[in-house]
Amino acid sequence: MSSSLAARGDHPVYDYKVVRQFSVMTVVWGIVGMAVGVLIAAQLVWPGLNEIWAPYTGFGRLRPLHTNAVIFAFGGCALFATSYYVVQRTSQAPLFGGWLVPFTFWGWQAVIVLAAITLPLGMTTTKEYAELEWPISMLLTVVWVAYGIVFFGTIAKRTVSHIYVANWFYGAFILTIGVLHVVNNVYIPVNLWKSYSVYSGTTDAMIQWWYGHNAVGFFLTAGFLGIMYYFVPKQANRPVYSYQLSIVHFWALISVYVWAGAHHLHYSALPDWAQSLGMVMSLILLAPSWGGMINGVMTLSGAWHKLRTDPTLRFLVVSLSFYGLSTFEGPMMSIKTVNALSHNTDWTIGHVHAGALGWVAMITIGAMYHLLPILFGRKQMYSVKWINIHFWLSTVGIVLYIVAMWVNGIMQGLMWRAFNEDGTLTYSFVESVQASYPGYIVRFLGGAIFLLGMLLMAWNLWRTATVPESEPADEVPVEAKA
Amino acid sequence: MSIFWSLWIIGLTSTNLALLLWVLLANRKVAVRDDQDPDNNTTGHVYDGIEEYDNPLPRWWFNLFIGTFIFAGIYLMLYPGMGAFPGLLGWTSEGELRQHQAQAEERYSDRFGVYANTPIEELAQDPQAMRMGLRLFANNCAACHGSDGGGAYGFPNLTDNDWLWGGSPEQIKKTITDGRTGVMPAWGSALGESGVADVAEHVLRLSGRDHDAAAAERGAGFFAQYCATCHGPQGKGNPMLGAPDLTNDIWLYGGEPRDIRQTVREGRTGVMPAQRDLLREDRIHLLAAYVYSLSLDGE
Repeated sequence: MSSSLAARGDHPVYDYKVVRQFSVMTVVWGIVGMAVGVLIAAQLVWPGLNEIWAPYTGFGRLRPLHTNAVIFAFGGCALFATSYYVVQRTSQAPLFGGWLVPFTFWGWQAVIVLAAITLPLGMTTTKEYAELEWPISMLLTVVWVAYGIVFFGTIAKRTVSHIYVANWFYGAFILTIGVLHVVNNVYIPVNLWKSYSVYSGTTDAMIQWWYGHNAVGFFLTAGFLGIMYYFVPKQANRPVYSYQLSIVHFWALISVYVWAGAHHLHYSALPDWAQSLGMVMSLILLAPSWGGMINGVMTLSGAWHKLRTDPTLRFLVVSLSFYGLSTFEGPMMSIKTVNALSHNTDWTIGHVHAGALGWVAMITIGAMYHLLPILFGRKQMYSVKWINIHFWLSTVGIVLYIVAMWVNGIMQGLMWRAFNEDGTLTYSFVESVQASYPGYIVRFLGGAIFLLGMLLMAWNLWRTATVPESEPADEVPVEAKA
Repeated sequence: MSIFWSLWIIGLTSTNLALLLWVLLANRKVAVRDDQDPDNNTTGHVYDGIEEYDNPLPRWWFNLFIGTFIFAGIYLMLYPGMGAFPGLLGWTSEGELRQHQAQAEERYSDRFGVYANTPIEELAQDPQAMRMGLRLFANNCAACHGSDGGGAYGFPNLTDNDWLWGGSPEQIKKTITDGRTGVMPAWGSALGESGVADVAEHVLRLSGRDHDAAAAERGAGFFAQYCATCHGPQGKGNPMLGAPDLTNDIWLYGGEPRDIRQTVREGRTGVMPAQRDLLREDRIHLLAAYVYSLSLDGE
């Protein structure tokens, strides 16, 4: 072992309080966001549920609440929690920023609560994944700048010479999301809760999808690769497979992802050259994306047996399989001829959830099961058996979800393009909706099973936090007086 | 696209891809050090106990990456992408659309053309023609009028014998070809709320519904003054203006007293879009026959 690794007790006093706060809220917002998801999935099966508290509970208002809650509340809290934990431990330095640290926590929670109030009230910019109206979006910008100061300040204070690869990914995610958010949220306000984008027409659409696709690329991919690069080798207790691969796939991923947004606008008014470039760059993205998967999965070589006994590791590794699956599917769907079939069908929703449930949620859950006992001063979670049950609930839920959406999506695409001998369409739109109905039921079931796993996790977290252990834990966290 | 922006796009794209290729090739270690003990094959960095192996890039992964570069190069030569360079194939999305439209026109126009000179009344009895009409209706009309033509709130039922703009074959064909805009003006400010309520009671009386006789009597005066011009003194409507018959208890915007008051107070605008350029003569002829046949079934 190198001398840069401080012996236990030797390292600086880390700030775990904010990590613990964000970790607990990850579980809380995960349940809220996924519960709304299950509700809107149910609305597609039983349309009457739209009316339970009209107009606030209509699908159109709850759908952005679902996406914002799972991406920015659940995913965001997970990224804050893990990045604050990882950057301290791999830099051997406590968090920089003083009061900015708790400000990022309370500021971020305020953004989430404001989103949960305004979106059902129908206050929206109408830009997908950027629906929050201008006062909230400005608050978000301030919190994000504070986050950047804390993170990069901690990196600057590090007592090890190199910057660990997980921090490259966290850093790229923080910088790029800041730029994307600011550029896409240039609005002219007309009153406190309504504003209009300064961009118009095709330009507006292109900027929106440059933002939207990179919300996926940087928020949900680069950020979560940061999680992967710390928690997979740590949980498996193995060295990372290839440093060279880290370098190549990092630079490739962050430089190519920003080009790919145009594939959301195939067959639109976007000029042909931009559509082509979007497609070509999306295909080039395949290898850089898989680089992360290879580096994660190959890290396990020599430690495969641990998968049998360690359900936390199982979460982490299966998340990488879903990452590989959806980053293969994405470039394929960006090919124009494939997109002609898949666009606007449920296939897109299946693709998103293969990534969102399979990759983002599973790696988050795995990282949390690693983190929570440490944060609460326990040797392990209250029940490892429950982690295992959670793993199987998640896996079965995802598989039901994405298979239902694949079947629906391909069926819809084929029905919409079926012609009669006289050139008329064989099916009217409503016939394709009717045919999708069984898939909607299966999707609802899959989502509900996944949510059930999250509830089990919350119970496990509660027991871990409140039931005292007979023996002292491995490593008792010490709170920093930051 | 100006020459500046064209060069900007070409420059940015090529620079990004060239730098990437350099990063890829510069980090490619050809010799696999398999003579080494894998446990010692690390970079020497340790972060919180995590070490990193110095393994080379997997060969198949490297080849996959290079493969996508080659594909990108060929694609950007053949198709638009590099700024204003149109690509060697000269392909455009608009050109492809025009080509598909021409092919479809050539393939399908005869199928509709054969019915062009058959009178609508006769076509409505032809099962083969009506099957084609049904499909045209499902594709183009069902979104508003319903797949059975039964209509919906704000969209007329086409299966009954109540017609806003007339139900003869010629009138139906004209409605489809040129579209219609039915406008009921808002009378709220002219009549006041009590006037609106009185007129609504009169309208209820016209269709033989429960009503307040005294209010209806008061409303009759307003009706004669404001409404009869379009709806006629007896409320029988006027197909020249698209003014509905108010006596038959068929309601486009709901027949509850509250709905009727809202119609009088705030007015209504109904739009049937013109299909002249979209469907063209032959298909419209067949579609008119289908719509005509719907009301025959209704009898």
